[in-house]
Amino acid sequence: MKRKQKKVLVRIIAAAVLLILMKIFAPGSGLWAALCFAVPYAVIGYDVVWKALRNIAHGQVFDENFLMVVATVGAFATGEYTEAAAVMLFYQIGELFQSVAVGRSRRSISQLMDIRPDYANIERDGVLEQVDPDEISVGDVIIVKAGEKIPLDGIVIEGESSVDTSALTGESLPRTVRPDSDVISGCINRSGLIKVQVTKPFGDSTVTKILDLVENSASKKAKAENFITKFARYYTPAVVFAALALFVIPSLITGGWMTWLHRALIFLVISCPCALVISVPLSFFGGIGGAGRQGILVKGGNYLEVLAKTETVVFDKTGTLTKGVFNVTVIHPERISEERLIELAAYAESYSVHPIAKSITDACNADIDRSRIGACEEAAGRGVQAVIDGLDVCVGNDKLMDDIGVKWHPCHHVGTTVHVAVNGEYAGHLVISDELKETSKAAVGRLREIGVKKTVMLTGDSREVGEDTAKALGIDEAFTQLLPADKVARVEELLEQKSRKGALAFVGDGINDAPVLSRADIGIAMGAIGSDAAIEAADIVLMDDDPLKLAKAIQIARRTLRIVYQNIVFALGVKFAVLILGALGFASMWAAVFADVGVAVIAILNAMRALRTE
Amino acid sequence: MKKSFELDELDCANCGAKMEAAIKKIDGVEDCTVSFLTQKLTLTAPDDRFDDILKQAKKICKKIEPDCEIIVK
Repeated sequence: MKRKQKKVLVRIIAAAVLLILMKIFAPGSGLWAALCFAVPYAVIGYDVVWKALRNIAHGQVFDENFLMVVATVGAFATGEYTEAAAVMLFYQIGELFQSVAVGRSRRSISQLMDIRPDYANIERDGVLEQVDPDEISVGDVIIVKAGEKIPLDGIVIEGESSVDTSALTGESLPRTVRPDSDVISGCINRSGLIKVQVTKPFGDSTVTKILDLVENSASKKAKAENFITKFARYYTPAVVFAALALFVIPSLITGGWMTWLHRALIFLVISCPCALVISVPLSFFGGIGGAGRQGILVKGGNYLEVLAKTETVVFDKTGTLTKGVFNVTVIHPERISEERLIELAAYAESYSVHPIAKSITDACNADIDRSRIGACEEAAGRGVQAVIDGLDVCVGNDKLMDDIGVKWHPCHHVGTTVHVAVNGEYAGHLVISDELKETSKAAVGRLREIGVKKTVMLTGDSREVGEDTAKALGIDEAFTQLLPADKVARVEELLEQKSRKGALAFVGDGINDAPVLSRADIGIAMGAIGSDAAIEAADIVLMDDDPLKLAKAIQIARRTLRIVYQNIVFALGVKFAVLILGALGFASMWAAVFADVGVAVIAILNAMRALRTE
Repeated sequence: MKKSFELDELDCANCGAKMEAAIKKIDGVEDCTVSFLTQKLTLTAPDDRFDDILKQAKKICKKIEPDCEIIVK
């Protein structure tokens, strides 16, 4: 609790004790009673009265302090002394509770996002210095000791350690880094000392990007939140005028103005819309914070709102459902050994920069001795022809084989088939494919379980590969052989097919799909750590590349929205009920205090549930 | 230009909403959000008039909640 809050707490206790004493010892009515009850009232309410007076001077009539003062002073005037003091007391208890609860959830969210590094260690003239991460420039070598946060993005150049990325990704398993590994700012170095060469200035570092995103998320307000603020603007004046009408009109007709005044005062106590105005954004804030803890960054409450309505999920294949890393998965030699086939293919491809060539050279464990390679010629879209150890080796697709007149046969494995011919004779083939992520199948199943109606996959890959992947994962529809522009067109078609209320989410890895990310109702970038383009283009960023997080994100969004609607219905329901009962004379001022403060407290407690996402 | 400022002593959520509505009405303001939870005000306004608009925004905050202040770093 802050000092200010402690002070209020002391006043609350003092006023409560005084109030009880007065109830026991003070006379029940008359001027003395009024004076006696004025003591606890003053103790607890002096600041409210002061603020009310000051705000009147500023022309703020519908200020909650002012309304409380009118209500309580009115209660004094109608002889309800105990009520007057007690209403003020409960009002203050409620306010204190609100400020503690809001402070607490604010803190727990900022703790969650406690990734901002305070300093960076850099060696200058042989001395280790601690400097502001802002002062480090690209190319500098910083030193990160065990237990410290990595302050800037970079590449390890010395040392080995395990790095804890949980604050960023929600992934609890530490990652091992050694020289040449990329490291990301905001992670914690767990074990050894590492030297890191900085690759990005602090302003562009992952940690800064993420913090900006989280801090700005509160400024993108959800529709529900805007509705509530708008509602609040009309609610207070409406209730105040209703109170005035309730006092004046029946009094003129039936008389008994004291009764009607009392009922009107009840209206004033309920006229503050605070419960709603706090609890709705607090729920969204909690939902965003809770999602953040799972490594799901949501750029604003409005996106949670849309995500909760997700009906169609469109996936990009490579890098989203698959690992995006090409590996040699099948080796089928003919007449030569497996090792020999791989070796020849790797040698032939060793000068090529094509990703497929790279995966073949990676599959060959031995170092390439380039002196063994003679002439080497690359045929675009076909393959490579090279002389290795005096042998004429051709490595490439079926077109290349046809060109050189070698009889080849297709492979039943799905993927990119690379044939190898030695001295004009078929020597076998390799199949290169992208591996599915371990959780992709489960992720698609999970989406269906939680009620997503349709899953679609888009890919630039061949029809065979694409349809095979879609079938393996249980995806409803697959569109293959798409160029980046075709993807946008497909998404537009799908947007027209879905129902008007549902939303379409596109999930991609952020590479080359920025236009699609922004065209979909909601763009989700995956495995986005370190990818600026993705963080910028997407509405929601999944920090690690586990597609299972998608269903989790939708569930968090739905839960948050449920809490928001619960609060709106509950708060408005109780308020209107008490307003009606109060007008008819069935509700006391105690009920009114409950409808104001009690409801706010309950709504806040409910809103804080949004933070828990386990 | 879009800039965000911290708000000190913003104690009531409804006041924040009122500030936001009032600041949006200042001539030249493109966008403004007040977040009670992060205690932040984000203001978007043309560069050449920014300072003047900020001054008016400060006045509005003072009027709605006298204890509340926009902190300009």
